Amino acid sequence: MIKGNFGIRKSDIINRRMFIIGTAKLIIFGGLIARLFSLQINDNKKYLTLSDKNRIREWKLPPTRGNITDYFGNIIAGNLKVYQLHIIPEQVENFNYLLSRLKVILNLSSKKIEKIKKKRKQLKPWESLIVSENLSWDEFSKINNYLYELVGVKPVMTISRDYPFNDIYTHVLGYVSQPDKDDILSNKMIQEKFVPGIKIGKLGLEKTLENDLIGVNDIQRYEVNAYGKRINHLEYQKGKPGSKIRITLDTEVQKLSAELLAGKAGSISVMDIYTGEVIAMYSSPSYNPNSFVFGISQDEWQLIRNNPLKPLINKTLSGLYSPGSTIKPIVALSALENGIIDTKFKVHCKGKMELYGQTFHCWKERGHGFMRLKNAMKQSCDTYFYEVARKLGVDRLKITADKFGLGKKVLGEYFENEKAGQFPDTKWKINNLGKGWVLGETLITGIGQGYIQTTPIQLCLMTAQIANGGYKIKPKILTDDNQLTSEQVKKAMQDSKLNDSYDPLYDDQKNIKIIQEAMFSSTNELRGTSYRSRIDDPKYQFAGKTGTAQVKAISKRERELDLKTFQIPYEERDHALYVAFGPYKNPRYAVSIIVEHGGSGSSAAAPIATELFKLIVDRHEYRKKLPDYKEFNI
Amino acid sequence: MYQHTRLNSDQNFFQKIKNLDFILLFCIIILSTLSFFIMYSTDGGEFLYHTKSHLIKLIVFFILMLVISFFNIKFWHLCSYFLYGSIILLLIWVSLYGVKVSGSQRWINLYFLVLQPSELMKIGIILCLAKYYHRVSIEKVNSFYSISVSLTIILIPIIFVLSQPDLGTSILIVTSGVIIMWLGGVKIKYFFLSFVAFLISLPFIITYLEPYQKLRILTFLNPDRDPLGAGYQIIQSKIAIGSGGFSGKGFLKGTQSYLEFLPEKHTDFIFTLFSEEFGFIGSIGLLLLYAIIILRVIQIGAISKNSFARLFCFGFAFAIFIYITVNLSMVLGLLPIVGSPLPIMSYGGSSMLATMIGFGIVMSAKVHSQQTIA
Repeated sequence: MIKGNFGIRKSDIINRRMFIIGTAKLIIFGGLIARLFSLQINDNKKYLTLSDKNRIREWKLPPTRGNITDYFGNIIAGNLKVYQLHIIPEQVENFNYLLSRLKVILNLSSKKIEKIKKKRKQLKPWESLIVSENLSWDEFSKINNYLYELVGVKPVMTISRDYPFNDIYTHVLGYVSQPDKDDILSNKMIQEKFVPGIKIGKLGLEKTLENDLIGVNDIQRYEVNAYGKRINHLEYQKGKPGSKIRITLDTEVQKLSAELLAGKAGSISVMDIYTGEVIAMYSSPSYNPNSFVFGISQDEWQLIRNNPLKPLINKTLSGLYSPGSTIKPIVALSALENGIIDTKFKVHCKGKMELYGQTFHCWKERGHGFMRLKNAMKQSCDTYFYEVARKLGVDRLKITADKFGLGKKVLGEYFENEKAGQFPDTKWKINNLGKGWVLGETLITGIGQGYIQTTPIQLCLMTAQIANGGYKIKPKILTDDNQLTSEQVKKAMQDSKLNDSYDPLYDDQKNIKIIQEAMFSSTNELRGTSYRSRIDDPKYQFAGKTGTAQVKAISKRERELDLKTFQIPYEERDHALYVAFGPYKNPRYAVSIIVEHGGSGSSAAAPIATELFKLIVDRHEYRKKLPDYKEFNI
Repeated sequence: MYQHTRLNSDQNFFQKIKNLDFILLFCIIILSTLSFFIMYSTDGGEFLYHTKSHLIKLIVFFILMLVISFFNIKFWHLCSYFLYGSIILLLIWVSLYGVKVSGSQRWINLYFLVLQPSELMKIGIILCLAKYYHRVSIEKVNSFYSISVSLTIILIPIIFVLSQPDLGTSILIVTSGVIIMWLGGVKIKYFFLSFVAFLISLPFIITYLEPYQKLRILTFLNPDRDPLGAGYQIIQSKIAIGSGGFSGKGFLKGTQSYLEFLPEKHTDFIFTLFSEEFGFIGSIGLLLLYAIIILRVIQIGAISKNSFARLFCFGFAFAIFIYITVNLSMVLGLLPIVGSPLPIMSYGGSSMLATMIGFGIVMSAKVHSQQTIA
């Protein structure tokens, strides 16, 4: 009995305690279910995203760069199909064997093989290793023939930048190449779109318009496992090619400019005097931008870098030159505007003048005799301008020069390498050189020598603004949809009721007319400095002003020797300059030409203008046919 | 006093079959089937090594369970101490000649099976203590002597298992043992006192932990501390479960699993894969299945005429519950990662062997529920 009682009591205890545990179990299971609920129902979205992040990896492909066309829609920077050879290291069984096979098939150098081996170490095994960026068709088909034994090799057809006009546009467009660390760090857009093999603008418009041109990457989505290996191809998201950009330049004029400057160092710029559109902008010599796309060879690079004619410098925008006599229209205009002189003001040129113990020479040793404004411009009499500058003073001259755009960047927003040049005045000298202005310096500034430094594009703008009747224009290199045509701008400028929107740069428009006439006589009248380069046909007739900029001071002895240009060492020869506008009866375009160390402006620069104007005026007919930018779709 | 123990009961073979618990049997079969399909999924939807091996073990151990259930519960009562002693011997063998894998010496290679005696000890401790508390009279339960004996029974295997080292299994063994003591009638005050003592000594215990064990605790407290290192498992596990959502990604479609983001998906993290593929609904279903099994085991214990069977069933039900809770809490990020398999579902022979033996003895208790043991 007792034993049985104990038995019952024992099982009672066990059962009671089991009940307590059972309750605890229920609560704990409830807690587990609550946790499951919070993970799977409440935070489902969060974890689903995390899971996708785990398993989906995106491979970006290089975006298609936008085309750049000239005014007429010709592609001047396009995309070309290229054949490349990639290796996917993780698929390769024996890397060294593969390389030795490729070495034979493609004739690779041992140096190249070493480079590939090095590159492989920097990449993850699933990232494609680019062995050759630009295979010829022959090489490409050869690889395809041997493909069965080259496991892990991937022949790829892709596109790459191509400049069909080679060196014609180099200084305008720049070129593309592989981005370096700084490029990636300084541009968010490049950072975002960077993939191995992408090419980005390194210079010129390619660089400044990078964000428009770069485009949107194609994206391939793969499912990957925990070790990063691709398992499934999920989708292919097509990107967007970069924006098309149409610039204002005319390839024909650009080509002619290149021809005219062949073998010389110099620059040609042509501008529409009403719209400010740059028609041509060529810096000579140039170089082939296509060489940079896949990385330039050391030899070729040295050849470009060491060329004494300095092809790497964009002379149109960053070449700084004394304007020489091409400044004289501004000096004369300033004097007229300030009432210092009138057309009848007369100076006697004896070939040189003495002032404060210094001798100032006119280019014509025997002197020009009595000179009035028109004749002085025509024959570019230095003595006359010494006298005018002396009376005018450099500070008043600078005000006029500033108005016409000297000392300021012209296309600065598009070209990082453009230089502003400088137009000195008394304040400038005190501030920058710490010395007071000397009157003699005013005199030589009056003939465009001394501290004054201008770029060819500035001289072109200056001439354009004289040619259009003295209105300020905004130079442009890109076409834009809402722009007025040259004809519309001209009309607006000439109609006194409409021209409010154009800032006049003159006080009295008559003065502009006087300068235009003086420039006309300089080219089209007997004894004008560029008379030999004139065109009599009124359709092409132009007006201009020569300039000869001394590179160094002429010593007394040299003056006595009176050497011919070819007798002087190249670096010491004068720069030849010429600015002009035409057709004279109905001006449309302004040009500025500079031939470095070319000798005198009349012999080396002005004849180039003759050839240019013949083409420019003819091309105007075509340009006119595309008046409305909106109708014109490339 | 001592009565002769009759091992063969008066039931014949067919009566025994009739007396089998078909609810429990049915649940175990469903669980086994589920575990087979999940194993098939961990192999990426192919009938590969793990699936094959798991299937064979399921079949063999299921038969073993049936065989065990035909032996009289008296027999199991009789050889409880013997089994406990044998497992202790196996533990000693392991500490001397065991197979060492990544720093832990836990296994005996039997060629057809790599045996982990500490897993068997999970059942052994319940058997041993159930017999002990069956025999101790109710007055003597709280005597110093009997508490010392039962604590010694728990401590001996713990020393070996801890030295392997295997903290997870040790905790499970201790918990199973302590719960039998609780069921056996040891005073609540002792449990309370020892719990306080445990809390006080916790800082000292922590200083004795292995560096990797400390790391696991730190990682548990903040898994994002080192997301690619120690926290990786728990983060990936939570991602897998969370991304499963209400109805799951579908069978064989658990991306976290087949893309190999899930660590140890065959063993400790099997629930993660299950939950990813079958979602909240599936997980609730699995928990329900386990709950039915546990309840059924408790019921079987409750109808048993003898305290040994009762204690064993309750203890085993609780042990299963603890395994599930620890495993799920671990994969759900509620507890630090301690190696603890999910009964039947996880890949691993020893764990399944132990569980099936447990079920076999429970089944034997059911078949022989009218049996009394003196």
